[in-house]
Amino acid sequence: MKRLIGAALVLGAAGLAGFWVLTRPAALPDDTLAALHLAQGDAARGEQVFWTGGCASCHDAPGVESQAPDAARLVLAGGRAFATPFGTFHAPNISMAPQAGIGRWTLDQFATALLRGVSPRGAHYYPAFPYTTYAHATPQDVADLWAFWQTLPADATPSLPHEVRFPFSIRRGLGLWKLLNFTTDFATPPSTDPQVERGRDLVESWGHCGECHTPRDALGGLDRSHWLAGAPALTGTGRIPALPPEGWSAADIAAYLQSGFTPEFDVVGGEMADVVANLGHIAPEDRAAIAAYLIALRSSPNR
Amino acid sequence: MFRTATALALAATLALPTLAGAEETSDPNIIARQAQMNLMAYNLGVLGGMAQGRIPFDAAMASAAATSLHQIATIDHGRMWPEGSDNMSADDTRALPAIWDDMAGFEARYATLATASEAMAAAAGTDLATLQGAVRNLGGACGGCHQTYRQPE
Repeated sequence: MKRLIGAALVLGAAGLAGFWVLTRPAALPDDTLAALHLAQGDAARGEQVFWTGGCASCHDAPGVESQAPDAARLVLAGGRAFATPFGTFHAPNISMAPQAGIGRWTLDQFATALLRGVSPRGAHYYPAFPYTTYAHATPQDVADLWAFWQTLPADATPSLPHEVRFPFSIRRGLGLWKLLNFTTDFATPPSTDPQVERGRDLVESWGHCGECHTPRDALGGLDRSHWLAGAPALTGTGRIPALPPEGWSAADIAAYLQSGFTPEFDVVGGEMADVVANLGHIAPEDRAAIAAYLIALRSSPNR
Repeated sequence: MFRTATALALAATLALPTLAGAEETSDPNIIARQAQMNLMAYNLGVLGGMAQGRIPFDAAMASAAATSLHQIATIDHGRMWPEGSDNMSADDTRALPAIWDDMAGFEARYATLATASEAMAAAAGTDLATLQGAVRNLGGACGGCHQTYRQPE
């Protein structure tokens, strides 16, 4: 009996140790850090990254509409609530405020949050923050974004804690989730067409289109075998359509991302209206690149 | 002229059958309000088509479409939105219950549309750049309401 208890204790300890090791928050690889330190951040390019990434849609203050002037949308005070099957997430303050926001962060900490989903204190972030997608961005883009961030205002609104159900409330457990769902591999193969390749970068990293347009498994991981094939809406009822929409040309997609007009001149609503408001800020060539990627995807074997 | 006519015919064919109104409903209020939306889209097809460079800019045609759109956007729509015609209570509509929870906010959106369509009507015949700015503003008015009060597909 004693021996049994002993064995159980040893096994339990080994299990805990295993859990501890497996769920350890990852640091950025040395080559990424080196590239980050070599990069000269360009705030103007960073602003393009900002609007492609849609940071403001989640992190601006509740009640600020996507059509609001940029001055209001760039106050990243946080406070919006996102109800999901796992609980309610509250977008934190990521303004330049030193206490309430992220004003004291270093570039390395900023990059580790975006590319690995790990906080400066070494805790896993919940994947409501789409770092599993942002992980595909380049160190240069992150440095540019951080340079732009330095131009953003500070706001003292305190962040609200998430209201997440057990066992999802144990952040360390997210390490296991990341083992299953975190990859820096792209969902689709590279393209020899530079425009499609640019679109692949935009869609699969900052654009984070797959977060809504790709179905998820029971644990909320993206099912990349059905990449952009449409999915049930995460919030509320309805279905997010497959990409590209049937019958749409590349010109239709680019025009829609700029104006919100469908080819039938219906006008975008729902969460996609936020996306269009953001993508209206980016370079026309980038909207065209997104469209080219999606049209190329139509015949992809990865669908 | 022939190219314009073809483009317009194409825009019209595209615009009509695929909007919300294509779904079948027997509720005359839902039919009426979807018809209003379709008629706006019909005219927006001309204005948006020009803004996007798919149809050559034509001041007279743009003005006519914008004036028509403004008239349609300012009809008294009160009777079209009775209680119980939201997407939880009725079929073939994407109108969210939020409309009836916040009728004042919904009406404020309708007033925003009227302001934008009035500006559109004034701007349409000026030149392409002016038209493009007004179309962007008008699209914002449409989208602002859809975002809050219409169920995404």
